[in-house]
Amino acid sequence: MSTADDNEREVHGQETDADGGGHDSGTTVREGGGFVLLFFIIGFAASLVVGWLIFPNLLYSQKKQPFDFNHALHMGEVDNGCESCHFFREDGTYSGVPKLAQCVACHEDVQGDTQDETIFVEKYVSKKREVPWRVYSRQPDCVFFSHAAHVKMAKMDCVTCHGHIGESTSLPVYEENRLTGYSRDIEGHHLENLLCLKKNTADRMKMDDCAECHLEKTGRKTSVQTEKDGCFVCHK
Amino acid sequence: MKIDRRCFLSLGIGAAAGITLSPLPWKITDDLSIWTQNWPWTPVPPDGKTINKKSACQLCPGGCGIAVRRIDKRVVKIEGLKGHPVNDGGLCTLGLSAAQLLYSPFRIQAPVKKVNGKWRKISWDDALATITTKMTELREEGKAHTVAGIIGGERGTVSMLWQRLFKAYGSPNLMRNTSMEDAYSLVLQKTQGNRVLPGFDFENADFVLSFGSGLIDGWGSPVRMFRALGDMKNRQAKFVQVEPRLSNTAAKADQWLPIIPGTEALLALGLIHVILSESLYQVRFVEQHCEGFDNFKKMVLETYPPEQVAKATGIKVETIKELGREFARAKNPLAVCGRGQGLTPGSFQETAAVHVLNALTGNLGEKGGVLAMPAGPEYEEWPEVEPDDVAAEALQQKRLDGAGGDEFPDAGDLPTRLAQVINTGKGDGIQLLFISGANPVYTLPDTKAVQKALAAIPFKVSFATHMDESAEMADLILPNHCFLERYEDVPVAAGLTSPIVNLAVPVVKPMYNTKHVGDSIIAIAQALGDEIADAFSWENYKTCLKETLGDEKWEKLTEEGYWVDEEFKPVPWKEGFKSAATKFIFPDPARLNHPPVSASGDAKQFPLTLIACDSMRLAGGAVGSPPFLIKITPDSVLLKEDLVVEINPATAADLGLKEGAQAVLATPKGSGRVRVHLDHGIRPGLVAMARGLGHGAHDKYLAGKGLNTNAFIGPVDDPDSGYDAAWGISASLAKA
Repeated sequence: MSTADDNEREVHGQETDADGGGHDSGTTVREGGGFVLLFFIIGFAASLVVGWLIFPNLLYSQKKQPFDFNHALHMGEVDNGCESCHFFREDGTYSGVPKLAQCVACHEDVQGDTQDETIFVEKYVSKKREVPWRVYSRQPDCVFFSHAAHVKMAKMDCVTCHGHIGESTSLPVYEENRLTGYSRDIEGHHLENLLCLKKNTADRMKMDDCAECHLEKTGRKTSVQTEKDGCFVCHK
Repeated sequence: MKIDRRCFLSLGIGAAAGITLSPLPWKITDDLSIWTQNWPWTPVPPDGKTINKKSACQLCPGGCGIAVRRIDKRVVKIEGLKGHPVNDGGLCTLGLSAAQLLYSPFRIQAPVKKVNGKWRKISWDDALATITTKMTELREEGKAHTVAGIIGGERGTVSMLWQRLFKAYGSPNLMRNTSMEDAYSLVLQKTQGNRVLPGFDFENADFVLSFGSGLIDGWGSPVRMFRALGDMKNRQAKFVQVEPRLSNTAAKADQWLPIIPGTEALLALGLIHVILSESLYQVRFVEQHCEGFDNFKKMVLETYPPEQVAKATGIKVETIKELGREFARAKNPLAVCGRGQGLTPGSFQETAAVHVLNALTGNLGEKGGVLAMPAGPEYEEWPEVEPDDVAAEALQQKRLDGAGGDEFPDAGDLPTRLAQVINTGKGDGIQLLFISGANPVYTLPDTKAVQKALAAIPFKVSFATHMDESAEMADLILPNHCFLERYEDVPVAAGLTSPIVNLAVPVVKPMYNTKHVGDSIIAIAQALGDEIADAFSWENYKTCLKETLGDEKWEKLTEEGYWVDEEFKPVPWKEGFKSAATKFIFPDPARLNHPPVSASGDAKQFPLTLIACDSMRLAGGAVGSPPFLIKITPDSVLLKEDLVVEINPATAADLGLKEGAQAVLATPKGSGRVRVHLDHGIRPGLVAMARGLGHGAHDKYLAGKGLNTNAFIGPVDDPDSGYDAAWGISASLAKA
């Protein structure tokens, strides 16, 4: 590529000569060509480093959860899998992250000797304060999503969209997009995600991912219930 | 070889190329667009558990059941209660926006006392003690009767508690707001023998004749009326609207008769003339079940021939004759009155004439006719109050408003006369006034006079939930819970055809340091001691309510939200009436044979006539419109802060006014700047003004917008009953 580039510049120089321009100027171009090329490469390489490596790290701030939580440990204690704590209410709505009321039955007093447990009981349980969890899967408020339609009707697994969080022994670092305020889990962690490639459904949860899955499973990008395709199916 | 400008250009181009091939620009563009949708200052309602509660709307007398949706502790939506006998899932604009009243920043948040013109928070104990001390002093001075009260309604336990307190304490001066129900109830008493309420069977009527009633503008029970009128269209029942203005109701009618305002009674009598002279009445009813028919017939035939009625009403002779015939020949005809939403009682003459029109067609107690409804559901009886000597003596005093006195023996309450009585210095001055569930400074006609009268009362106590006009004038406020925060029974009349009581329950815990007005009354009574305390032996209002309703009703009400008397059956006229003679007694001809109540004012100075008009988009009563209602009020009613009055283009041409022009509206009671809207749907010579605007208090969305009709229109005592019969007033409109 660089050779072609040089040739082009040379040709250009010769044309200038033919037009009666000074011979020196042509030599200057040829002499300066090495630097021009070098600077181009430096600029090109540096911005690739900035764009691919530095920017993604700058874009996200690393935030800690109020205290750590062991999903695997709790899974061993409950009978009904994820739905033991992340349950559907009687009216079919989804409860999401458990409220303090669900935890106090067991955690009224400090269980075990971890520091996280102490923080939980002393800072939240005894003060009756809800834990301000950072939710990895939180979508913008204008997005309508029904857990019942996907879990109850389409019989989808929690793992499909949420990954293997249920088997984790500690919570991952919450990476918050400084611009949008949303978790990096929505946008994808890996470089291939940024290139619109992904391996697992759970790797990224943006609008195109909804559409992709719907297209794959149902043959069309519509809601299964309403069979309607349009902004207001999901954006309410 | 040297580094020059081109090298740096090359660096830039390289950087640009590199950046383009990196995710940076694309990611930033995407994130910025998401950022714009998620500005941190945009409020996002918190998610939570959905809870649905059944309760009752109390914002108008319509009696709708409501379903309140809460997310955790927050009310987010109010809808009509499905399956409710009144509204079955429907709800009006006011009910739908009621959550804005609950969360209004103008809620009164704690008991307050006015000190040097400023509100100061006080404790409940101090607030209640201030009242009881004052009441005890007045009783000791022999001035128990100078304690007065203005309350919202007659029925329901809160109203019963007020009546009980006044009886036990010893004051006859408890007044409640009046409406067309009072005029109807008086006519039913005079003709059928007991003071009941009217029920109108629109669902089975095949010819409805309305004398200015805004059947879809908020008359009766609004949601039921929407349904009933829609249903009438499907059944092809005929509907005739008699009204000087093309209101929404008139626009939906099969026939609209733009009558000269105030002459509705004459038209009714003219129609009676047609029916009598052509023998179109129900003969068996007249022969077997009536008294005083001959005198009545003679009076009508002599005084109200269609030719004369036509001249007075502005409706053609042929039209009157045809309408009379058509009405009498219909299978289930029904005539109703009560102007607009029926907020003003109206004259005895008009109500009686319309009732007789119904009676002559034989529709009383029949399918599609007028039914006599009990004044409320049957409650468990309270032990009779035994007024002590002081109270017994004080109760002998005449009522200040003249109701039940020599001049107006038939009237129950006449709050519209109160201002005039106080301002002319008649009777012992009121020393203490309670205002509960009412906003007299806004709703009583002749605002200036009412303000003057209230200013003359040394101590006023308000039980308001919001800082309304009357609360602003009070000296002490004991704030009641908002209707979504309290228990209360809501007996419904509103022209329904079966007795219904709803139960309002607290759908949320009280947000502020407020107290149920029922609890305040019980606390005051118990602090007054002796016989008064004995009459209030309940622990609190909830106990009182539960005991009064009885276990069976309470259980049904807490479960369903409403209770309907399934056993109620209307008594058809063939089975006789409750009067001593068990007959229908035709009204005394002298009470009908006089010119109708006219608009007051000098015709030269005020050549036009001002009428008030009601709409579903504005709350015209004690409850101020929430912001949503102001949003849906059209520019032809309210343009920014300016009230827009409606006039006929012919009137506008005479006055030299164009669409949107500014003008000064003046009546004998007041004047103000308005804008004009030209409309062919109003009789020339009239000025129509929307009710429900011109609040001086409430929030910034309502205060200072438009003008209050009551500041322009004064009360007119009906010569036969004393009830306010004003339907308008003389006015002038001039270019500003």
